[in-house]
Amino acid sequence: MDYGHSERPAGAPPLPTAIKILIAGGFGAGKTTLVGAVSETKPLRTEEVLTETGIGVDDLSGVEGKATTTVAMDFGRITISPDLVLYLFGTPGQDRFWFVWDELALGAIGAVVLADTRRLADCFPSIDYFEERGTPFVVAVNCFEGARRYRLDEVQAALNLDPGVPVVLCDARQRQSSRDVLITLLEHAMKSREARGHAG
Amino acid sequence: MTVEGGSTEDRWVDDHAGPVVRPYAVTRGRARPVTGTFDLISLVTATRADVAGESGLGPEHVAIVALCQRMQSVAEVAAHLDLPVGTVRVLLGDLMARDLVQVSPPRSSAGVPDESIFEAVINGLRAL
Repeated sequence: MDYGHSERPAGAPPLPTAIKILIAGGFGAGKTTLVGAVSETKPLRTEEVLTETGIGVDDLSGVEGKATTTVAMDFGRITISPDLVLYLFGTPGQDRFWFVWDELALGAIGAVVLADTRRLADCFPSIDYFEERGTPFVVAVNCFEGARRYRLDEVQAALNLDPGVPVVLCDARQRQSSRDVLITLLEHAMKSREARGHAG
Repeated sequence: MTVEGGSTEDRWVDDHAGPVVRPYAVTRGRARPVTGTFDLISLVTATRADVAGESGLGPEHVAIVALCQRMQSVAEVAAHLDLPVGTVRVLLGDLMARDLVQVSPPRSSAGVPDESIFEAVINGLRAL
């Protein structure tokens, strides 16, 4: 498989490629748990420090008094091959950080929206965001102990999802289960891509 | 670690000490890199085994070169150095201007990656 650019000299190693998937959902839905379950190392944390010059948007009401604010993102890495790396980024939960989502979503091949059936409404903002942006996504219902089990079609109806959006059950603590969610997303993203005629 | 050249204030502490100065001071007040745009998942690889003897590099620059002997994303560099991403972008700009690191932007920033990449990732995940 050749991932190299044409301007690379013959015989040079292929240029490495990185792709990213976003892990979204409400606070406590299990985003960092899923990232940790499937990544090759424990989740890493990176921070963006936003200074006043970076705060020019209306939805930052409430932080006007601060010179800087910090947005933390947890992420993990899965090395597929020496030239291909998959990164999973947990989205920052706070609604006022939508512009950080824009940076994260840029170039993302898709998103997993983790849902907790005890607080289903918490994932509405994520779903709205990805629907509006046209980012392929799947909804993964994280099966918390003690939560009532719903049928997937009940969840689909409650979230008012497009019938094409996959809804799956998962246990975000389990590597295999989390991995299966990612595979479902990639297959869905591939289909969405074909449906759009490869136009991107 | 012995670093020759550079002023003493550039290397008054080694890279094991962790951050002891505010991020803005690490970049000497610069908010933007001199060159390059660095996506969170742009991949950084050092072009040299070490940069001892290079003048004008701070301990954070040296630490990045050491870390990127193995390919790392911009986000990983920031996480491992415990510095904000914006600060790391400035430092990477300095290193890129001196050809001390090679940076590969993500393919997907130009649109959806091609099918072979999807298939490779799906197969890779199945093998986990």
